[in-house]
Amino acid sequence: MDVQQQSKNIHLMWRAGFGPALEDLQAYSKLSSGVLYSSLVKTSSIKTEYIKVSSGTLDGLYKGIINEGKIAQLSKEQKQQIRKESREAIKNLNLRWLDEMVNSKAQLREKMAFFWHGHFANREINIYFQQKLLDVIRVNALGNFGELLTEVSKSAAMLSFLNNQQNRKQHPNENFAREVMELFTLGRGNYSEQDVKEAARAFTGWGFDLSGEFIFRKQFHDNGSKTIFGKTGNFDGDDVISMLLQSKQTSYYITEKIFKFFVNDQPDPAMVSKLSNGFYQSGYDIGKLMSEIFTATWFYSAANTGNKIKSPIELLTGIRRILPIDFSQAEVQLLYQRLLGQMLFYPPNVAGWPGGRNWIDSSSLMYRIRLPQLLHDDQDFSAKPKDDDDVMMGQATTSLKRGRINVNIDWPEFADVFKNIPRSELIVAIAATLLQGGKVDAQLLDKYTDSSTRENFVRSVTIQLMSTPDYQLM
Amino acid sequence: MLIKRRNFIQLGSLATGTMLMPQFLKAFEKPAMVPAGNKVVVVIQLSGGNDGLNTVIPYRDDNYYRERPRIGIKKDDLLLINENAGLHPSLPHFRALHDAGQLAILNSVGYPNPDRSHFRSMDIWQTASQSNEILNTGWIGRYLDAQCTGCDKPTQALEVDDVLSLAMKGELQKGLAFKNPRNLYGSSQEKYFRELAKNHDHHGSSQADYLYKTMAETISSADYIYQQSKLHPSSQQYPTSSLGQSLKTIAGLIFSDINTRVYYVSLGSFDTHVNQDAQQKRLFKELNDAMESFTKDLVANHRMDDVMIFSFSEFGRRVSQNASGGTDHGTANNMFLVSGGLKQKGLVNGMPDLSNLQDGDLKYSVDFKSVYATVLKKWLGADDKMILGKQYAYMDFI
Repeated sequence: MDVQQQSKNIHLMWRAGFGPALEDLQAYSKLSSGVLYSSLVKTSSIKTEYIKVSSGTLDGLYKGIINEGKIAQLSKEQKQQIRKESREAIKNLNLRWLDEMVNSKAQLREKMAFFWHGHFANREINIYFQQKLLDVIRVNALGNFGELLTEVSKSAAMLSFLNNQQNRKQHPNENFAREVMELFTLGRGNYSEQDVKEAARAFTGWGFDLSGEFIFRKQFHDNGSKTIFGKTGNFDGDDVISMLLQSKQTSYYITEKIFKFFVNDQPDPAMVSKLSNGFYQSGYDIGKLMSEIFTATWFYSAANTGNKIKSPIELLTGIRRILPIDFSQAEVQLLYQRLLGQMLFYPPNVAGWPGGRNWIDSSSLMYRIRLPQLLHDDQDFSAKPKDDDDVMMGQATTSLKRGRINVNIDWPEFADVFKNIPRSELIVAIAATLLQGGKVDAQLLDKYTDSSTRENFVRSVTIQLMSTPDYQLM
Repeated sequence: MLIKRRNFIQLGSLATGTMLMPQFLKAFEKPAMVPAGNKVVVVIQLSGGNDGLNTVIPYRDDNYYRERPRIGIKKDDLLLINENAGLHPSLPHFRALHDAGQLAILNSVGYPNPDRSHFRSMDIWQTASQSNEILNTGWIGRYLDAQCTGCDKPTQALEVDDVLSLAMKGELQKGLAFKNPRNLYGSSQEKYFRELAKNHDHHGSSQADYLYKTMAETISSADYIYQQSKLHPSSQQYPTSSLGQSLKTIAGLIFSDINTRVYYVSLGSFDTHVNQDAQQKRLFKELNDAMESFTKDLVANHRMDDVMIFSFSEFGRRVSQNASGGTDHGTANNMFLVSGGLKQKGLVNGMPDLSNLQDGDLKYSVDFKSVYATVLKKWLGADDKMILGKQYAYMDFI
């Protein structure tokens, strides 16, 4: 077994996916990283399946709205029911996508989609809009950034969330234009207030119908002349998007954000510049940019390994990929997401999750390091995440889940992977699969392990290693 | 920072709970006694958007009853505080505080270009940002940064909750959240964690060092907070409500020698779209009763003059009632300030003008950041300009 090669590949799996998979551990020690990456590209290019979670009842109600053409004709109770069911459905969408992250062979695509999910932050509670937006970012995750940007910008979820439905000639609403520039393309400080004002006029008329399809509402569009980035003309929304893509700053901004997310919180400007030029010249080919990164020698250097704090989603999915866990109540994972500060589909604001050290404070760190023990011991657990009034509309107070996290972990299956390793080398072997570059103090660990049987030993070593600050890193 | 195991000096005279702590954490294990006049702030967040117009009621304004035929509070029911204003009937202790000169009310507090989304507006209040600006640090967190560059005092700001609010997160320093000191102590003092923290070699500024440092600080702080909480536990009766118990915890810490300057606690949800009356009544009763015990406790222990309690909500509600016996999201709102050390008492500014609205909403006349600036500068002696990023006008309530 080539330990060095294995650790390189595990590094790749953490960054280009949601961590190493138990069933592939053997392969990681044999394949070269180039071959492993190629196989990730291949599995990620298979057709994306649409994730649909909306229930039949809701579909019926919603179809009714579309046929009637007016939401106003619904009774108050029906509207409430739609909102309630929609919120419930978003929970299911969360859990379904989480399962994809854990189980899908298209690891690279799902990881990239997860990046775009934070980049194109959105908190719409309409399940149909969210299903569609999720599909857009999954289908285009590794495709062309220009197409992705256009599709996202024309999605009902984004137009609604950023108030472009209210952006009309005579009454412009600048929110959409501002965020497209500040968050999606150029970054703060690379446009003027005048650019925002004028671009907002260009986006007038962009809207969506009840079924969530993009529509251009001519009667609301401002056909006057606009001056944006020093150019003057009767521009529309598509023109603005083209101008944004023509700017090398967009390429730099996106590349830098990708670098921070996938490589290092502290990006090297020279390296980002180089990657960004290539990205721009390729016409914004995301897959190509990611290949540049994941096949570079520097990507595997010590400085870029084990230096990223896992986000709560990465921590949770990572545990699930290496341990065969069966949650008897899947919703526990939602509670966990809220406690640790990353609930899918509920980013903290339009800028998405800030990441890095923002994940860590005293309470969140203690939940993180206690989590594996809680899973293992079925200990009583009680904690109440903050209420989210946007979600609850003052109706329900979150019920405090008291009691046990009922999970089943298939320890024999896990232990079987290490069956050929002598007992004296077990700690090091397990640590090599769990920790990225972290040193393990075998002496200390030994004091807290259960050596009554081989399986108990494997189990306790694993849980204790996961209950460390080092395991928070990837 | 390079700390080797040999540098861990164990001071045998200290309680066993602190024996395993690295020395660099010892510094704040021996706090100075809290001198009289040590000012403390207690922030009470009313989550969900409390309806200010049914909190401090402009009962002389006909517009009020015209816009709220169903949910307007009748003159006979409210608790008059002067010829223009009355308090919600479930807030009798606030009237008592008012009569004792320990309550100030700020009306029409808000900010330019108000946002009606809970999460966005709450972020604006917690980070003290402009409405078109996104900050990842909170105003109390930045207070910690400014107070304590390069030192380890994470207990200067404490939140009684399971999860830490954005308000409490600075760039370098973060406050600490816990429901009660005993549980915090219990969950953090596992021997395994203590040994991990002890055995980690610090090499510099890597992410691992940061995590280990946070863990060591948490373990140390949990111990410190727990020890302090046992020094002078409150003997006052408190309601069993969540807020009651939280304020009791805070009182016990205020009476101890702890170095905490800011406490943070939340109550909610005030998001009263439907049947507002019952919901607001229930929450106000919880607020009123908990505050009654808390302020009596502070008075009995001679700390009422040193503690500034203030409440806020992310927004007020619309002037007109809606069709469901409730109100929808609005803008400007009022704040309560409670202390024995107030320079201005009662209604600090006028009641909101219900005949001069913007799209059916109250116009703000006081930027909430001016309130923060005043508390930071005049109460905590901090550099408000640095913390808030801009000089806001000071007010005269302190």
